Amino acid sequence: MHNKSVAELSRELDSGKVSSVELTQDFLSRIKQEDSKYNSFITVTEEQALADARSADEQRAAGNATPWTGVPFAHKDIFCTNGVRTTCGSKMLENFVPPYDATVTENFRKAGAVSLGKTNMDEFAMGSSNESSHFGAVTNPWGLSKGEKRVPGGSSGGSAAAVAARLVPAATATDTGGSIRQPAALCGVTGLKPTYGRVSRYGMIAFASSLDQGGTMARTAEDNALMLNVMAGFDPKDSTSLDRAVPDYTATLNEPLKGLRIGLPKEYFSDQLSPAMEEQVRAAIREYEKLGATVKEVSLPNAKLAIAAYYVIAPAEASANLSRFDGVRYGYRCEEPKDLLDLYTRTRAEGFGTEVKRRILVGTYALSAGYFDAYYLKAQKVRRLIQQDFINAFKEVDVLMSPTSPSPAFIQGEKTNDPVTMYLEDIFTIAINLAGVPAMSVPAGFIDGLPVGLQIIGDYFSEARLLNAAHQFQQVTDWHQREPQ
Amino acid sequence: MTISREDIEKVAVLARIRVDEEQVSALEKDLGNILDLVDQLSAADTDSVEPMAHPLDAVQRLRADEVTETDQRAAFQAIAPATENGLYLVPRVIE
Repeated sequence: MHNKSVAELSRELDSGKVSSVELTQDFLSRIKQEDSKYNSFITVTEEQALADARSADEQRAAGNATPWTGVPFAHKDIFCTNGVRTTCGSKMLENFVPPYDATVTENFRKAGAVSLGKTNMDEFAMGSSNESSHFGAVTNPWGLSKGEKRVPGGSSGGSAAAVAARLVPAATATDTGGSIRQPAALCGVTGLKPTYGRVSRYGMIAFASSLDQGGTMARTAEDNALMLNVMAGFDPKDSTSLDRAVPDYTATLNEPLKGLRIGLPKEYFSDQLSPAMEEQVRAAIREYEKLGATVKEVSLPNAKLAIAAYYVIAPAEASANLSRFDGVRYGYRCEEPKDLLDLYTRTRAEGFGTEVKRRILVGTYALSAGYFDAYYLKAQKVRRLIQQDFINAFKEVDVLMSPTSPSPAFIQGEKTNDPVTMYLEDIFTIAINLAGVPAMSVPAGFIDGLPVGLQIIGDYFSEARLLNAAHQFQQVTDWHQREPQ
Repeated sequence: MTISREDIEKVAVLARIRVDEEQVSALEKDLGNILDLVDQLSAADTDSVEPMAHPLDAVQRLRADEVTETDQRAAFQAIAPATENGLYLVPRVIE
């Protein structure tokens, strides 16, 4: 059962071959037996899951089923869940039990899906390796058979590892600079970061609000479409949510790709790309040509500035967002503060981890008097140049393709001592968040037994086309079905 | 781009994060490296470019001026570190 997709499980539930309670027990026992190897979950909600499964079975029996009714899945521990601890991977929120649901959480609840718990992540979604979690690093299921402990990518590393290890068929995730696509690539699963504003950020703990976007992770493109059907939509509780009609993302999965115009950004195929990675990506693009797509080179001349712009904008917004953690209203508070300033400074020094503090300090510096124009305003201007590159490219082509990450999963500890080296993990993903366009990562081969991802980037609100392109690729390849040993 | 010890101490105060003496050297190096990375921006010609805050240039919506929130003080304070009689407790501010 655990190898089946959400779509398949939904059909099995529909036909009565299996009950949600049976499915839920099956996945919960897999988590119990297997997750000590991966540490992909921070919290498992066994009792609640079984109660939800019983109620889902009743709903199905009464004829009130959605495709999700009774299907198990998990939430990244960044989405607030009413009554269930939500840590964001931080000591600061180690015992935080939200008194409300995120809109995304509520949507899955209404659809009847059964959450098994909350997945591990980099602290406050700041990281590309899932090593900054207060609850310990996550280990990638790939490479373990050779005795290697590799990173799953980050920040949604728990979601990616759990889906790859078949502990859940799908998991929610978020992406600020690559946090869905890079872990999806490194764990051999399929992930989608939607257009900025497509999925509500309400109740999704904020990192950099002009870049953060909730999205999907599962093994197949079809399951990503089923997830987005539940997640997408206007939400008056999110001031940057966009009021646009939501299509049925599964309806166009089977459209033929004949005539699809693919652009290859030459800046992403530079001589710095490893020959092994380039070979995998070009092989995937040849599959698209066989499906009738045409390929041409395009240019994103300002893409090279994306990491620099991001590491001003994201820390600046983070420094403002994370100022709410003050030890007064919720979350961690230091012992015996001697005065108010001591309460603030020690709570934050003790409650935040190294990388989070580093980014708050960088952001505070960039926003401080005398530096605002040189850093934040300059970065926002460069951001528009980067966006313009994408707008220009999409006048010529329908989608862009590139590698998702520069290399496959690396060994734990390899990059933790040098933040800047870690930041370069997101060299192909970050510009997409700055522009706000949607992008996916699709399993596209292996290097030395480790999965690699093909990144497919689309114009604003083109999620249906991306999912269609990914789904068609998955009809002629089986990379997404490979299982770690 | 280098960042001085004084800068780090000043920023730490602004950010309300206690930084111990022994952490300053590591921060000097790490923040210096990050600012070096960020310095690439200065080469970009952005003279006539408008800063971008929202990818689709959306602006804040206004809603009807109606009460939509209910009183949830008890639920919110149940998760606070210290409260008394409906108030959040902090160390004494005025002697």
